Amino acid sequence: MTSTLDGFSALLLYSAMGVYAIAFIAFTLDLARRSAAVTAVAESGAERIARARATGGYAGSARGSTAVLDQAPAVTAPRPRESVSLRVGVTLAILGWALHLGATVLRGIAAGRVPWANMYEFCMTGTLLIMGVFLLLLTRRDLRFLGAIITGLVVLMLGVATLGFRVSVVPLPPALQSYWLVIHVLVAILGTSFFTVGFALSVVQLVQARRENGATGGLRLPASVPGSVALENSAYRVIIVGFIFWTFTLIAGAIWAEHAWGRYWGWDTKEVWTFIIWTIYAGYIHARATRGWRGSRSAWLAIVGYSAVLFNFGIVNVFFKGLHAYSGL
Amino acid sequence: MSRSSEVARPSDHIESDSIDAADPVGPRLGPIGWLRFAWRQLTNMRTALFLLLLLAIAAVPGSLVPQRSSDPNGVAQYRIDHPDLYPIVDKLQGFDVYTSIWFSAIYLLLFLSLIGCVLPRTLHHWRALRARPPRTPARLTRLDAVETRMVDGSAEDALLRAEALLRRGRYRLERYGPSISAERGYLRETGNLVFHASLVGILIAVALGGSFGYSGQKIVVEGEPFVNYVAGYDSFTRGRLVADTSLDPYRISLDKLDVVYEEENANAVGQAIDYTASVTVQQPGGGPSTPATIKVNSPLDVDGTNVYLLGNGYAPRITVRNADGAVAFAGAVPFLPQDQNLTSVGVVKVPDGLASQVGLIGFLYPTPAKLSTGALTSAFPGLQDPVLALNVFTGDLGLDKGVPVSVYTLDTASLTQLAGRPTDVPAVQVAVGQTVELPNGLGTITLDGVSRYASLEIHHDPTQGWVLAFAILVLAGLLTSLFVPRRRMWVKVHEDGDGRLRVEYAGLARGDDPGLAVAVRELADEHSGGAASAQIRASRTT
Ligand code: HEM
Repeated sequence: MTSTLDGFSALLLYSAMGVYAIAFIAFTLDLARRSAAVTAVAESGAERIARARATGGYAGSARGSTAVLDQAPAVTAPRPRESVSLRVGVTLAILGWALHLGATVLRGIAAGRVPWANMYEFCMTGTLLIMGVFLLLLTRRDLRFLGAIITGLVVLMLGVATLGFRVSVVPLPPALQSYWLVIHVLVAILGTSFFTVGFALSVVQLVQARRENGATGGLRLPASVPGSVALENSAYRVIIVGFIFWTFTLIAGAIWAEHAWGRYWGWDTKEVWTFIIWTIYAGYIHARATRGWRGSRSAWLAIVGYSAVLFNFGIVNVFFKGLHAYSGL
Repeated sequence: MSRSSEVARPSDHIESDSIDAADPVGPRLGPIGWLRFAWRQLTNMRTALFLLLLLAIAAVPGSLVPQRSSDPNGVAQYRIDHPDLYPIVDKLQGFDVYTSIWFSAIYLLLFLSLIGCVLPRTLHHWRALRARPPRTPARLTRLDAVETRMVDGSAEDALLRAEALLRRGRYRLERYGPSISAERGYLRETGNLVFHASLVGILIAVALGGSFGYSGQKIVVEGEPFVNYVAGYDSFTRGRLVADTSLDPYRISLDKLDVVYEEENANAVGQAIDYTASVTVQQPGGGPSTPATIKVNSPLDVDGTNVYLLGNGYAPRITVRNADGAVAFAGAVPFLPQDQNLTSVGVVKVPDGLASQVGLIGFLYPTPAKLSTGALTSAFPGLQDPVLALNVFTGDLGLDKGVPVSVYTLDTASLTQLAGRPTDVPAVQVAVGQTVELPNGLGTITLDGVSRYASLEIHHDPTQGWVLAFAILVLAGLLTSLFVPRRRMWVKVHEDGDGRLRVEYAGLARGDDPGLAVAVRELADEHSGGAASAQIRASRTT
């Protein structure tokens, strides 16, 4: 019974991965198509200015020409039509999420407990919540330009999970038999999901800032992507939600450690990394309020913080020795 | 308009107008000036940020190198594996990162900076809480969010209605001529201050806990008692301010340790799924004894100490008799588990009563199985016809030198081995209830049975409740400071002479405030649409 259900769960998960992968392609196509459109518009704007210059229209006014350059895409770009691939991407992401949800719930039923007690399950539920948070945020603001990054990350993580971390259902060891498993780990996953969206926003922010600073070449973004300041504000808002969840994770983890191991804090490797991540994000929040640190520098801090999150999960769990030996590997 | 007038913020805070962070005057000042300069440097945002990131980096090595506090065996192993690196890492306090001078220096500086930052802000905030909202700026149109509406009626009416609306939005108000200045969200700064102050609270509580707390481990075999006094522990660590007499000498007897192993799930046969220790607690001075249970995630609270069940193992009950049948040794000997299936190793030392001193190294196989090599192994952690195999040594056990020796190891260097590999005499094997001859006619050994033991940890931390309280305050402060918007609003009524009123509504965000523009628009709509809505609609259609 257990292994049959678990088999179904795995099947659903593979389907979800397939659907996400197609969604990823759709989102990427959309980005490529729309940025090509932007490039064309920008060039035609530049051409017009060159023509205007040649005819003496702007009399070599540097200020004037920048102003026009700034405006050119906005003025002449027709409001980019909603591309089909964008809608396909979102639809597939939702479909994939439904399959993913089914896979996770079945795994939980097969195990007779919450589906986040080892790394495989943690990845499964974690990516479910990453997608969930992303789709939820979509209902509040248009973050579809993040679709490619998010679906790409999720497919990658699920790939690693199914290839590297997959374990069959086993009962919980006594140390994990606690309601704190439900609370502490769930909140940690939630925090991670918000950090993931914040990371994606910060990456786009950096790319956008480069473009605004007049860098040519490299990645191009569609015109509908907000400016770097707006991106930074969104990233900040998403990350502080993640930070609050993370603070709670830290406190709940300490309470649980006190119950299970007889001390609330012992600098176990996992505790160390949770602390490091917390400190980096506290730094990020400070950076946003420090003169000279707003903008790209704080975006880099968000990226460093997220790298620490990934390191904590992917490397510390598997390769470092410590009390948190729950990877199930 | 000076933004730094009511919020004391470090000079390089993004909202601060002051530029003295870049003030190059410092070096020309006298000693006091220097001190002030240094203090200002220490308490600015950039320093805080730098120290925070430095703290994050400084915490990394402790996860790469084993730490004495959490993994002493790992440190010993490191010494063997890296004999060249060991002294260097040790010198750099790499095995005690979190109590090292450099780590402590960073967090102490950070907290000094924090205190230096928070104290003046608290003072300022205290004053701001009783100050009036600031004057209405002359030109509202230059603010972050502005709306204008035409309203009918008298100016006083309009102002009164605006005041009512703002009061409903929990703003504090002040009338300045034909305008209202309003401010809300003081809770944001309060939350921020509570957050930072509680961090200091945690640090102090943790430090005090370290001085007044103690913890110790004790292995207790089923049927045996443990008494809570310093010499009663196998290992004991205590804070500087813990006296011998501060331990409460209660007694805990381990009546039974029940362990449940998975037997059905083929992927997890033998995995422990439950430990339950049944104990009897007796208060000091012949008080009442009460039965209780201890489980892995539910410690037992006795007189302000917590008793945890941290480990378990087997203790074979062994009797050794000499050739004449007189008992030379009898007792339960805790063995240390070596693998998942609880193959366990232990040492029995018999200094007296036999023809010579005898040391035994025993291997307990709870559920014995034969490997293809013929060697024994254990196939399941539960007890199913357990077998004890013993290597036998004679000679001077070295117990009389007055040097403490571990009960779990036998120094065989100066001993003669009589049985067990690599000698030709096979190890002595004994099953439960059996009595077997020892070699050389030394006597006999009987395995009377196998008991379980529990490894208990007793912890006393008088400030742990305080740490929790401050941690909750940290979270509460964080929530308020990040989600309560702090903003100013102004409503200004202009009588332009055509009988109608032109009303300006303006808002200014203090800190991150995504809802500002919406709030200003809603205020404007509600105010202009309220009593005078009919007229306005009428005037719009004409
Ligand atoms: C243990 C060290 C510190 C930690 C973990 C920390 C953490 C934080 C966090 C999480 C926030 C955002 C939440 C809130 O506003 O309450 C914050 C805000 C702030 N912190 Fe700290 N902090 C530390 C030390 C300091 C120090 C030393 C200073 C002074 C130089 C400082 C000044 C501030 C200020 C001014 C803000 C408000 C930022 C804003 O306007 O958005 N903090 N801090």
